[in-house]
Amino acid sequence: MHPAPSVILFTTLSGIGFGLLAFLGLGLPLVTGWLAFAFFAVAYLLAVGGLLASTFHLGHPERALKAFSQWQTSWLSREAWAAVGALVVMGVYGAGLVFLDLRMPILGQIGAALSLATVYCTSMIYAQLKTVPRWNMPLTPVLFVSLSLAGGALLAGAGFLALILLGSAGCVQIAYWVVGDTRLKRSGTTIESATGLGHIGSVRAFEPPHTGTNYLMSEFMHVVGRKHAAKLRIIALGLMVLAPVILIMSPFNYVLALLLAAATHLAGVCVSRWLFFAQAEHIVGLYYGKR
Amino acid sequence: MTQLPETTQRKLGLVIDLDTCVGCHACVISCKGWNTENYGAPLSDQNPYNKEASGTFLNRVHSYEVQPDIGAAQLIHFPKSCLHCDDAPCVTVCPTGASYKRVEDGIVLVNESDCIGCGLCAWACPYGARELDAAEGVMKKCTLCVDRIYNENLPEEDRVPSCVRTCPAGARHFGDLGDEDSEVSQLVAERGGMDLMPELGTKPVNKYLPPRPKDTLDEIDILAPLLAPVAEDPKGFMGWLDKTLEKL
Repeated sequence: MHPAPSVILFTTLSGIGFGLLAFLGLGLPLVTGWLAFAFFAVAYLLAVGGLLASTFHLGHPERALKAFSQWQTSWLSREAWAAVGALVVMGVYGAGLVFLDLRMPILGQIGAALSLATVYCTSMIYAQLKTVPRWNMPLTPVLFVSLSLAGGALLAGAGFLALILLGSAGCVQIAYWVVGDTRLKRSGTTIESATGLGHIGSVRAFEPPHTGTNYLMSEFMHVVGRKHAAKLRIIALGLMVLAPVILIMSPFNYVLALLLAAATHLAGVCVSRWLFFAQAEHIVGLYYGKR
Repeated sequence: MTQLPETTQRKLGLVIDLDTCVGCHACVISCKGWNTENYGAPLSDQNPYNKEASGTFLNRVHSYEVQPDIGAAQLIHFPKSCLHCDDAPCVTVCPTGASYKRVEDGIVLVNESDCIGCGLCAWACPYGARELDAAEGVMKKCTLCVDRIYNENLPEEDRVPSCVRTCPAGARHFGDLGDEDSEVSQLVAERGGMDLMPELGTKPVNKYLPPRPKDTLDEIDILAPLLAPVAEDPKGFMGWLDKTLEKL
């Protein structure tokens, strides 16, 4: 799949932003006044910034409001509702903390649940697609939610909890890669089943429909950069999990270490998300004899 | 609405004969010609006269080489457009309701004024049947020429999809695949019409007729015995020549 920068930025930033909102909703850290304002501002910048980035890849962003209508079948529509719900509820909850010094725990918990639901809906947009076997598995939502929780805990300064969540997110990430590598093969979809010609013999794409490129080929068949996948996986894991863990446990200034850790984590998730798209094979590529 | 209908009154679709298709791409051109100036936004081209030319097409013809275990390889031309699936994954993913499957005839359509151009339906389609138009920013797909098949301003013989009307080989057939007695359904039954990627459960309405098995002729060449290969163990002049050439 084509790794569009707007979508990578959106899933990375809003993932970590909603993760932070979830922790703030649960009262971790328990902040009020200006400090609460700072935390909420960071969370909203990330979450809303990500959502805005996602509209850049739309052909008609001015019609985006229509995307709320089909929540009964569409995960994209459900994501829109969950995101708005989380932002509104957490806005009310945050305003209470900042301006009135008032904590409404139930409201916060609802907001936290909606924040995680948003990340889950985002992941299901990808996980529902049978056309991309690497995404079409339960590990995809597990990966998105665990990365969101780890990033959120890191930004919330949750210390030991952040270490545990980072470690488990790293394990999920490795499992996702290992299992994902076999998904296309195990899906049973081949150029033979795509063309229905397998009963005659082995099928080879002989001539494409046109000499140039097309929307399908630029959107679904990405080959550049896959050759560095193994190196990029190590870089992603190092930046996303190892570096933050070492930084948090180091004896330096805790706040400085936390900021650095958050920055490397964010960079690592970006690399991981780039791989998430670049390595995903859409089965329409079979018709072109490409992956 | 993006909820798929339980059943549709008719299942209009195409039957494509892979045995007959000669790969001339006339259906591709006629499709583009009709659909760029009728239903919805035009089908734009980018850099049509330069390098990296590309454009939106609703129908494309691939060619595949199939190598049987025994015998010569076969070249099979393979037109591909929207299969108007009964369980269309492109419809249910649409967040705006722009994509829908019609109850009356099963045609899958895009209401372009509701389309936000997110591209998710193209991601959900296994067949590459949907293309986002680069100029208009909306999703384009085969409409089964919905503006021809019911169009009473056209002569009756033209009330079929443009690709079917134009095919010089008669490799494309149009009809109601929900009606067992229709000509297309009988063709499918007779020739073993098949689904593409049946394992995905999309239940395509369009069917493909597989190439007929190649016939094998018995040896009837009366000259064959006279044209037997050079003897394994040549004698006389040939034997001398063989030995001499061997020594060189």
